[in-house]
Amino acid sequence: MTAHPNPAIRPACNESGIEIKPVYTEDDVKRSGGFGFVGEPGAYPFVRGIHPLMYRHRPYTMRQYTGFSNARQTNERFKYLIANGQTGLNVAFDLPTQCGLDSDDPLAEGEVGRVGMAVDTLSDFEIAFAGIDLDKITVSLTINGAAPQLIAMYLAMAEKRGYDVARLRGTAQNDILKEFIGRGTWIFPVEPSVKLVGDTIEYCARHAPKYSPVSVCGYHIRESGANPVQEMAYAFCIASAYADEVLSRGMDIDEFAGRLSFNFNVFGSIFEQVAKFRAGRGLWAKIIKEKYRAAKPESEWLRMIAGGGGGGLTFEQPEVNIVRGAYYALIAALAGAQTTALCCFDEAYTIPSEYAQRISLRTMQLLIEEMGLADTVDPMGGSWYVETLTNEMRRMMEDVMQEVDQAGGIVRLVAEGIVQDKVSEQAYQHQLAIESGAFRKVGVNCYRLPGEEEVDVKMHPYDAAETRRQISSLEEVRARRDGAATAQALAKIGAAARAGNNVMPAIVEAIKAYATVGEITGQLAAVYGRYREPVLS
Amino acid sequence: MMRNSQTRVLLAKPGLDGHDQGAKVVARAFKAAGFDVTYTGLRQTPEAVASAARAADADVIALSSMAGSHISFCERLKPLLEQAGLGDRLWIIGGNLPKADHARLAELGFRGIFPSSSRLDDIVDFVRSSLP
Repeated sequence: MTAHPNPAIRPACNESGIEIKPVYTEDDVKRSGGFGFVGEPGAYPFVRGIHPLMYRHRPYTMRQYTGFSNARQTNERFKYLIANGQTGLNVAFDLPTQCGLDSDDPLAEGEVGRVGMAVDTLSDFEIAFAGIDLDKITVSLTINGAAPQLIAMYLAMAEKRGYDVARLRGTAQNDILKEFIGRGTWIFPVEPSVKLVGDTIEYCARHAPKYSPVSVCGYHIRESGANPVQEMAYAFCIASAYADEVLSRGMDIDEFAGRLSFNFNVFGSIFEQVAKFRAGRGLWAKIIKEKYRAAKPESEWLRMIAGGGGGGLTFEQPEVNIVRGAYYALIAALAGAQTTALCCFDEAYTIPSEYAQRISLRTMQLLIEEMGLADTVDPMGGSWYVETLTNEMRRMMEDVMQEVDQAGGIVRLVAEGIVQDKVSEQAYQHQLAIESGAFRKVGVNCYRLPGEEEVDVKMHPYDAAETRRQISSLEEVRARRDGAATAQALAKIGAAARAGNNVMPAIVEAIKAYATVGEITGQLAAVYGRYREPVLS
Repeated sequence: MMRNSQTRVLLAKPGLDGHDQGAKVVARAFKAAGFDVTYTGLRQTPEAVASAARAADADVIALSSMAGSHISFCERLKPLLEQAGLGDRLWIIGGNLPKADHARLAELGFRGIFPSSSRLDDIVDFVRSSLP
């Protein structure tokens, strides 16, 4: 760090570790690499945006994360949000579903429908999406470990309703490597988990080519303690690992890279965040073009949801989170995200209320309708400060990626817990900095309210009777289905897994025969085993 | 085996909840305070927590719960800890714990309740001051 000429100036450093100058000029841009890697919107390296007209052509999709209790109640909330102008859905599943368990599994006790919608069979999806036009409203499934089952379920549900699966759009999160770093809904050991991601990408490329089978998440790695540069760099390492898995099966990069999508976080310094997205867009395009030799420009696009911001929101003075959310939405809009969503002001306490969800939705709407964010592409482009940061952060991301490669690659670093240990140590250091006041958090370590805070947050009720209803619906489906056909379809999954084949065709068939999420998990676990986290001491 | 004087903490993630950032941060704070910490990792059943706590002969049994199933879990855990002879140890819990649940958690034997926003120093100090 160079000393400031005026020692009275407060030092400033962003979270990625870049010292921020009091003033930036064109010389700073030149020193950091110039304007040579910026280009025009819609053209390589896509730093300014993946489309020539961006929001002028179509504003970002608004997709609040939603789901609780069961399919019926979640369907009602979906319709409420759509009626309020939401343009996409992002489905939250309960933990048993995310962990591949049926609602009547002993391990599901106390958890059914609690943090999301419970799903056991195709019947639940039929109810959840009833009355929703899947051509107009695209659906994103926040599902990872159980993604093969739920992607199959979504395709089967759409097909049954008469949609052409070959033209169906939608997204599954399905990024299992980051689940081992943060979020934790893994099911199988690391290697077969990556194989399953490969199966879903390959299957969708062949049968549902408009569907995005993976949304690679820097988001949760950031929540777990990574800085913005690491967030993006680790996500690209993970996306490359999935690409390598699919390429090893003899597919061409252009057959699937255009359907890879991403999910990034937005909390932190506005300028660092915007630079992160611009840098990441350029770097991903470069990787796909130079390392993977893609021919189609769409393969090079960093298509993303940017939003959330949960890690920046506070438990203290929760209403102030409404304001934080507004800045986070601004960041996503300035960054040129394809889709955005916001964590709600009450989310540190409870499942968001309709009221809180509506405020988040209105926040995203007013940027487009009132504040001019959809009028011009990449409004920060050309700022000496942001262009300098963009160059600097891209280089730092490349350095992090190189370190990962030299240390044996991301799959190995995740399997050995090395990434987890690194980001967790950073999270600890960050917490210490908050507690010491070195890292300022309004309402937390400065501008606190005197005495004990009265918070006005309405808690989402949890109704245990809904669990019994979910289990009886599951029992009814089991009784009503053609048991022999289901058993036969399930056996094919195990056979495909044992043979090392793509399990997706068999899973789709089993889902159509109303096999349960848990039954399919059981077939796969019999071959792949189940992951157990190591005890740390 | 001779017991040394180091405080032994068994830190567990109950149920299916995958939010472990907080638990891992608290584990590091306990280590920095000089405690001997065993962190179970995710997906622990009540039976697994009780048996890990007995194996570690833990002075402190700490849970971190972010996904709302804490009451149901603790109701099942309490008799198991008691059967394992760990009823006299310090039981604490942290995480997303609505105020309305604190009385019930206390009734279930949790002497330290640390909702989101608790300070690491306060958690460590509580453990130090609560142990004999």
